[in-house]
Amino acid sequence: MSFRETDRPGSAPASTGLSEETRRRAPEIVARYPKPRSALLPLLHLVQSDQGYVSPEGIALCAEVLGLTKAEVSAVSTFYTMYKRKPVGDYHVGVCTNTLCAVMGGDAIYAALKEHTGIANQNGVTDDGKVSLEHIECNAACDYAPVVMVNWEFFDNQTPASARELVDSLRAGEPVAPTRGASSVCTWREAERVLAGFYDGRADEGVAAGPASLEGLNLAKANEETA
Amino acid sequence: MKLTPVLTANWGDERPWTLEGYGGDYLAARKAVTTMDPDAVITMVKDSGLRGRGGAGFPTGGKWGFIPQGDGKPHYLVVNADESEPGTCKDIPLMLANPHALVEGIVITCFAIRSNLAFIYVRGEVLHVVRRVQAAVAEAYAAGLLGKDIFGTGFDLEVVVHAGAGAYICGEETALLDSLEGYRGQPRLRPPFPAIAGLYASPTVVNNVESIASVPPIIDRGVEWFRTFGREKSPGFTLYSLSGHVTRPGQYEAPLGVTLRELLELAGGVREGHELKFWTPGGSSTPLLTAEHLDAPLDYEGMTDAGSMLGTKALQIFDDTTCVVRAVLRWTEFYAHESCGKCTPCREGTFWMVQILERLEAGDADASDVDTLLDACDNIFGRAFCALADGAVSPIVSSVQYFRDEYVAHWEQDGCPFDPDASTLFASAGAKK
Repeated sequence: MSFRETDRPGSAPASTGLSEETRRRAPEIVARYPKPRSALLPLLHLVQSDQGYVSPEGIALCAEVLGLTKAEVSAVSTFYTMYKRKPVGDYHVGVCTNTLCAVMGGDAIYAALKEHTGIANQNGVTDDGKVSLEHIECNAACDYAPVVMVNWEFFDNQTPASARELVDSLRAGEPVAPTRGASSVCTWREAERVLAGFYDGRADEGVAAGPASLEGLNLAKANEETA
Repeated sequence: MKLTPVLTANWGDERPWTLEGYGGDYLAARKAVTTMDPDAVITMVKDSGLRGRGGAGFPTGGKWGFIPQGDGKPHYLVVNADESEPGTCKDIPLMLANPHALVEGIVITCFAIRSNLAFIYVRGEVLHVVRRVQAAVAEAYAAGLLGKDIFGTGFDLEVVVHAGAGAYICGEETALLDSLEGYRGQPRLRPPFPAIAGLYASPTVVNNVESIASVPPIIDRGVEWFRTFGREKSPGFTLYSLSGHVTRPGQYEAPLGVTLRELLELAGGVREGHELKFWTPGGSSTPLLTAEHLDAPLDYEGMTDAGSMLGTKALQIFDDTTCVVRAVLRWTEFYAHESCGKCTPCREGTFWMVQILERLEAGDADASDVDTLLDACDNIFGRAFCALADGAVSPIVSSVQYFRDEYVAHWEQDGCPFDPDASTLFASAGAKK
């Protein structure tokens, strides 16, 4: 067995599938950090924003920009669940099945969506490429259980019926609004661009807080309690 | 007991996530940076008794005091915004509604520890929160509250928003640092602690979002005011997050030392027609408690005395419809999935504990399996680099302690005696499946 030229640090050939924009943005990400390697996680988000998953070309780009081997980049990307090894749908649906959400109905929702979409496996995609499905761990919205995420936007207090409708709307290309988030769900790739650190200007959309977040505050106001 | 909205006070206001909605200025940061000595800020936070709100409860000012001064090395602040302990849901709404509270706290903290570069490591799976934090940081730069020569004092501070990529372990501070350096998020052996050799082997403070956001009100209103809330060793107010089988789940900002009985009263009690069965005081890594602990003070000492930990104050409430074996199996699957694999007892132990619990939940086990399970817990607890392994055994050991009969019922009845549909939200709401 011999090592190929491309496995050596810094020598990976620039890939052909990535966009000019991705190539231009990669060094911008590196410039944010005192040490280049810190840019690896956002660079992998950037790759996903271009190709929808961590593609071989994307791994080569990260290796090239940071002076790492492709093996080193792969070793990192496979550690984190948000990095996908195959393309996911335009709308990636995550159903929380950690204990609290599962008990509150997350298990029933996940089972309903598997049946409804025909997706059998973790991160599987519908035939039309629109929707993929994943059961996820706690997404820090337990007071809104059971919770469903679409491209990492919150859909609170879901039921099997509401989740089926949500997926149908996504597949039909209808605009869908999260409970707490932007006024409409963006695509998976657009979301990944934000996570790579390129703000999309949409922070002013949506609510400040959902009703559960305000329970204590509203009670304090009603009772004229302050700190 | 009365509620004490401070961090939550503006959440219901008009666009509180904007600088204008926040009040237009960082008055507490202005006060600290223009009128105080950095050491005086550290002393003030030490005197306030503020303790880390991310779970461990370490004194925040103490952490800052460990940073060596005049060492010629860069110092870093890393904000742990990787909220992902099961049940924990306070930092996410805080950053969604009130991100400037965090950014202002960062200015004060960095001034105190003599840092010119801070990172906000926010978990990746919360897109709109990432947007709000990105926008708040950009607004602060535009207003001259970050960047060069803040408040004309010569103090420079850069803040980088860094999105994670889905790994519970990165909430552990040294794994977070490895992740931020571009590696797999795996915990480091300590010592050295981050205060001596943290990010890029430089002195680093790692603080939770709520801890940092609690700093501006302390600077603004003083130590004495802060200490009027809570108890001697656990002063101040904090966010309690109620979830699960409770009438009005949500965020309740209250003095430390409040009890679950008091909080449940505010939240309308356990859902109608049911009784409290078990609960976590601070996420799944804190041992389960039961109705007999309703009057235990929810502070660092009170929870230790009750045999658990305050953790993140994530109060997950489960009523009598919930199978404790099913709940514990699911948490164990979570720990097995999230174990980073570095330490053998955790990597192998969580894997095997899932197998045993699956058999128990299916009714295919017996008393010897419970013994094996507890034996595995014994061999995992305290035998790994970080607290994930300890957290993994907490729900198992505590559930056997309080509900051994329920484990027995599973093999006696040849399966789970509970109907999972009965515990769902839609079962109680009467919504159609």
